[in-house]
Amino acid sequence: MAEKTMRDAINEALHQAMAADDSVFVIGEDVAGCNGSPSGKVGEVGGVFGVTTGLYKAFGPNRCIDTPISESAIVGAAAGAALVGMRPVAEIMFADFIGVCMDQIVNQMGKFRYMFGGKSTCPAVIRFAAGGGFSAAGQHSQAMYQIMTSFPGLKVVVPSNAYDAKGLLLQAIADDDPVLFFEPKVLYQEACEVPDEMYTIPFGEAAFVREGDDCTVVAFGQMVPRAAQAIDMLEAEGISCDLIDPRTTSPLDTAAILESVEATGRLVVVDEAPPRCGLTADIAGLAADKAFSSLKGPIKQVCAPHSPTPFSPELEAAYIPDAGKIITAIKETMA
Amino acid sequence: MSLDKAALLRAYRQMKTIREFEDRTHVEIMNGQIAGFTHLYTGQEANAVGVCEHLSDDDAIISTHRGHGHCIAKGADVMGMMAELFGSSEGLCKGKGGSMHVADVDKGILGANGIVAGGPPISVGAALAAKIRDNGCVSISFSGDGSVNQGTCFEAMNMAVVLQVPAVFVIENNYYSEHTNIEYAVGCDDLKARTESFGFPVFVADGSDFFSVYEAAGKAIAHARDGNGPAGVFAEMGRFHGHFVGDPEHYRAEGEVKDLRENACCLKNFRARMAETGDLEQSELDAIDAEVMTLIEQAVSAAKSAARPTPEQVTEDVYINYGAA
Repeated sequence: MAEKTMRDAINEALHQAMAADDSVFVIGEDVAGCNGSPSGKVGEVGGVFGVTTGLYKAFGPNRCIDTPISESAIVGAAAGAALVGMRPVAEIMFADFIGVCMDQIVNQMGKFRYMFGGKSTCPAVIRFAAGGGFSAAGQHSQAMYQIMTSFPGLKVVVPSNAYDAKGLLLQAIADDDPVLFFEPKVLYQEACEVPDEMYTIPFGEAAFVREGDDCTVVAFGQMVPRAAQAIDMLEAEGISCDLIDPRTTSPLDTAAILESVEATGRLVVVDEAPPRCGLTADIAGLAADKAFSSLKGPIKQVCAPHSPTPFSPELEAAYIPDAGKIITAIKETMA
Repeated sequence: MSLDKAALLRAYRQMKTIREFEDRTHVEIMNGQIAGFTHLYTGQEANAVGVCEHLSDDDAIISTHRGHGHCIAKGADVMGMMAELFGSSEGLCKGKGGSMHVADVDKGILGANGIVAGGPPISVGAALAAKIRDNGCVSISFSGDGSVNQGTCFEAMNMAVVLQVPAVFVIENNYYSEHTNIEYAVGCDDLKARTESFGFPVFVADGSDFFSVYEAAGKAIAHARDGNGPAGVFAEMGRFHGHFVGDPEHYRAEGEVKDLRENACCLKNFRARMAETGDLEQSELDAIDAEVMTLIEQAVSAAKSAARPTPEQVTEDVYINYGAA
């Protein structure tokens, strides 16, 4: 099986989904690129991260649609097209820009089905490049998926590797509910084995990345490889951990988390976002509510401090949790 | 632009249905029978009907928080709508949407919308779908004079031009965004020119006159349907009620509403026109009035005795499916 980067895996999923279904189209800022340019090189860009490269040349201007910088109009266009039966995949570039189009995501596409009495579907996917790690500072580094998880009506996906990214994106495009797809941008260049053919990964089924007896670690997105690194380092000290990657935060595989916590008696939750009202608190609350009697130590949350993402590389390294912080948390809950 | 007798009768029936629906809704709210916030369309009926008479179920509309008129004009079931306002599970949206979210996607009604200028971007999406499918459909967004100060409206208008999609932006100028007059809230003198500056033609109508709207909307819709990109309709009209039911209307001039009801009533205008042309007898219009009164009475009566939702229904229809399928 060929190794592919997460960028290439997502690109392949888009090519295959568009080839398989005429109702799938891609829309966003520079998803083709160079439109209106005197160079005449339309279709040469494929998004600022190159994820949509080649789609314009393969499918033309009606299926790979460049827009002005108008995030509300992009999400609204995807929502409206989906309401009348298309399957749009919109790109909003940096997840931070959700602030610009929050209404269209939360109040519009996320609520159509419920408010219309279950008589509509909105099979739209909105893709975002999420998270820190590029010294991109406060407005180009936020995870945002933790906030969006709180809104009923939206499904929220956070892949942590190329294989999952392809399978989850194909599921997202096939899914009849609106899906927000957060791609941890520091992982775009990370590669693993990815099948050439189309496949889907169901939503709400966590992956067990490591299996162990002493502690359950739940991590999201770019924290998954860091947590795996921490757990591998602890092997030498005779500590073994379950590492659960939920892959989708809504729906959330609560059964897998609780089953593991009941077996290990300990829980460390890791996310790159700030702590207040976030995913780590959510899952800590779940365990405290449903598995309290199994706990043998305090639940530990590992996340960013309650501050905006800093620019300076040294500050950002201190901001985003690393393997060392995860190891400390695991040891604290076992002490 | 001539209309045959059946079309004239239908147009009047639609306007009268909206008027009676709204007036009766007002009564039921004041009687404490309908919950929530309700924004009535009374006085603006000619605009919804004048636009929607050009549309089929395959065309899309998106509406506003003042949406009852648009939905009725586009063919929403009046019985289902009234049951929805009463919060019944037999309502058009099973009691989940209420006044501000009436929708029927099968009839091309992509929803009334509680967010001012929430609709135009979505309407561009439906228009984009029509362009990709090359099916000759158009997508209409109704929005008020308040919406044209929202960025989403600007984004939608610009993107519709850039993508050359069959979107028609119908701007209903009733002079008030909530309680604030357009004289205060719009910085330029010529709102039509500002809209046209996005790069598409805008046709002006008298929103209290069905025939004026029908003609202007006909031009705009034909422009879009023929593949020439978006178009606009700019119509001025009176809002006979307050922003919402219960609004004390401190912003009104003395006698303003009385004057509107006497001089800018689409039903009176329509009857006067028929008397002038002789196309319809006043007795034919009287007959429609009686039928509409009966329909609304039946709708209210049915809504009052319709089933109430059960607590189990509170989490229904959030998703089509959730979790591992």
